[in-house]
Amino acid sequence: MNSLTATSSPTIAVRPTGAAQSHAFPGLHSLSATVPLPAPAPADSDYQLVARGLHKSFRKGNLIIPVLRGVDFAVRRGQFTAVVGQSGSGKSTLLHLLATLDAPDRGEVHFEGTRIDNLPPIKRDRIRNRNLGMIFQFYHLLPELTTLENVLAPSMIHEGIWSYLRHKRAHVERAQRLLDLVGLSHRLQHRPRELSGGEMQRAAIARALIAAPQLLLADEPTGNLDRRNGVEILSILRTLNREENLTIVMVTHDLAIAERADCTVQLVEGQVQAT
Amino acid sequence: MYKLLLSWRYLCTRYIALASIISVTLGVATLIIVNAVMAGFTEEANKRLNGIISDIVFESVSMDGFPNPDWHKAEIRKVLGSDLVGVTATVAVPAMLSIPVGHDQHLASPVRLIGVDEQTYAEVGDFGKYLLHPENRQQLSFLLRQDGYAPEREKFPRSGWRYRRARIMYERAYEEQVALERAKLGAVPQQEPAEPAIPADPYGSAVPADPYASHQAAAPTFDPMTQQSTGVILGIAVCSQRQKDETGEVRDFFFCRPGDDVKITIPTAGSPPNFVSDVLTVVDIYESKMSEYDASLAFMPLEALQNLRGMFDAQHNVRYVTSIQIKLKPGADLNAARDRLQSRFPIRQYPYRIQTWRDMQGPLLAAVQLETTILNILLFLIIAVAGFGILATFYMIVVEKTRDVGILKALGAPSRGVMSIFLGYGFSLGLVGSGVGLGLGLLFVHYINEIAAGLERITGRPIFDPTVYYFREIPTIVSLHTVVGVMAGAVAIAVLASVLPARRAARLHPVEALRYE
Ligand SMILES: Nc1ncnc2c1ncn2[C@@H]1O[C@H](COP(=O)(O)OP(=O)(O)OP(=O)(O)O)[C@@H](O)[C@H]1O
Ligand SMILES: [Mg+2]
Repeated sequence: MNSLTATSSPTIAVRPTGAAQSHAFPGLHSLSATVPLPAPAPADSDYQLVARGLHKSFRKGNLIIPVLRGVDFAVRRGQFTAVVGQSGSGKSTLLHLLATLDAPDRGEVHFEGTRIDNLPPIKRDRIRNRNLGMIFQFYHLLPELTTLENVLAPSMIHEGIWSYLRHKRAHVERAQRLLDLVGLSHRLQHRPRELSGGEMQRAAIARALIAAPQLLLADEPTGNLDRRNGVEILSILRTLNREENLTIVMVTHDLAIAERADCTVQLVEGQVQAT
Repeated sequence: MYKLLLSWRYLCTRYIALASIISVTLGVATLIIVNAVMAGFTEEANKRLNGIISDIVFESVSMDGFPNPDWHKAEIRKVLGSDLVGVTATVAVPAMLSIPVGHDQHLASPVRLIGVDEQTYAEVGDFGKYLLHPENRQQLSFLLRQDGYAPEREKFPRSGWRYRRARIMYERAYEEQVALERAKLGAVPQQEPAEPAIPADPYGSAVPADPYASHQAAAPTFDPMTQQSTGVILGIAVCSQRQKDETGEVRDFFFCRPGDDVKITIPTAGSPPNFVSDVLTVVDIYESKMSEYDASLAFMPLEALQNLRGMFDAQHNVRYVTSIQIKLKPGADLNAARDRLQSRFPIRQYPYRIQTWRDMQGPLLAAVQLETTILNILLFLIIAVAGFGILATFYMIVVEKTRDVGILKALGAPSRGVMSIFLGYGFSLGLVGSGVGLGLGLLFVHYINEIAAGLERITGRPIFDPTVYYFREIPTIVSLHTVVGVMAGAVAIAVLASVLPARRAARLHPVEALRYE
């Protein structure tokens, strides 16, 4: 008894980004898909990612901490969405649910029209590997691997040893192109600990893109970086969004950064609040 | 692919894990060394035992033996057919050997005296190989050789006819000298039994109860300078003693050698047995390097022994033997052959003991086998203990890698994949550990004698004492079979030890793992 039509309208808070940003990113208008409120809910097929009535709570002994209490949320194809909220409001938790890293207590997650939160683990692994890209605040690169190998990791995970070796050249070329795109082509053989924070985040972005995913989920990608690096990372994401028409859901608590997204979703007390 | 890469990278970056498998390395090395030495001992002992005992022995239960060895041989040939390579009849009897040492002193030792057929005895075993004179190795003979005993042995005392003549000449000269001295003193030599320091031949012609008296009567001009008594071949430890000389070198001191005469006393056939003695001339020495045999065997011609013991029926011209030794083709099934012989000669009708050499050496071989098994179990327990060390180390590594596991899962690695990273890691650690152990073990085995010598020099105590073992070197055999088994076992233990940590990694919740600091 959830139904998007019944509950979504008041809780989906999608704010069109200001015109001030649009001149900095020409072509934004074509992408900026705003959801008119209260309009009749569009069909699921218009949305790439839909979250319905997500509930999640954590138990600590016999103390139950509700974190998400019925999050309804939808993202159109090619949209750059920022999720904002106070620290501890459950932004990361929401992102993990969307990425199928964790299962909601209640509610559903739909991706490209299919429900994904209750799929068997193997299928969820595959979706994470092929269809979703993830970026984290703390980069989360594998310390034993070089930059290039880190970027190649999803492809290695996807393919068996023989087919990987057969297609290795193509994979490496693609990884190099992506590293070029994020401006890291001079650091291919470095280990993560030999890179700066900004460089690690660029490598993480390249890794998230190696499988050509339809959706990029970013959890405070600039949270650990200085202003300049943060802006650079953000403009990389913007460019990707604009030129590759990549859907991006980005968690941030920096309102200045959130400003530059197509729309902003605010989490308050475990629910999406209209702004 | 990522599994291999990550296992490999973990192997290259976590040296502490390598330390944890040093115990595996040592265990594998020790297992290889122990097995090589044990196999070497067993193989060497087997070879010698088989060479000494022959393949199948057909023994009479009584010391009087059984008649008609030729008929038995023919029957055996019929039963065994083409498997048979050689067959010979022997007489074995306990005997007392006495060797003169110094004046009036006799070294007495119990021996097992075996009467052998010069023509066929060499066919059934390696008997010939163990003799000291090269020509006797080619063709066994109970005649004293001129010279040339044991050319490969350093400082072997001069033996043979030349030595015999020199010794007798010296003794005669000495006796003459003594007689002269006595005459000068006007003493009556016969009445002074306690005359000191006369290393005369204590037997000479003055053995009163000599059963060969008749033979000697037939040849009254027995001259030890040109004639010998019946030949006898003695086990090396019967007539010598192995000792370290002043320089610490292991040397054999010989109480008698080819060319000397010894006396033998044996029971005759019949019940109750009488005892007969005879003087025999040592014509060669037998060294099988199995102390048990070298210290107890003596060989003489079959017919002479039969005559001595009265083991023939002159009326019917029938001779008696106590055992028949049989040599089969290499690779023939000894137990089957033994069973066939047993059914041809059922124990009810024929009171014979038919045994393979393995049956006869059962206790010894079983003891060595048991020892090897126990050592293997103990050493594998050591490797198992090492397994727990690996388990602990692995657990720590998995904990340390928790965040990496989260990352991999976030990137879509299935739980199985994560598990196989750590299993693969354990496998490669086991492989490296046992590989290094294999190298160490093989090196050790290859240089084992040098190492033993080095240890001896350092500790000043003999590690491998040839006076005890009768091997001059530590024998070793590395069998592919055991090496592969040991390696597989060690790798399996390393993999088993990594199963638990790997499962833990596989079950980690990705979000928790990503949060892990
Ligand atoms: N595994 C867990 N067990 C117990 N409580 C948890 C767990 N994970 C998250 N929480 C709680 O859920 C709440 C939301 O956490 P979450 O990490 O989603 O916040 P956030 O919005 O991402 O905050 P921040 O902006 O600081 O990253 C927090 O109060 C946190 O304490
Ligand atoms: Mg967070």
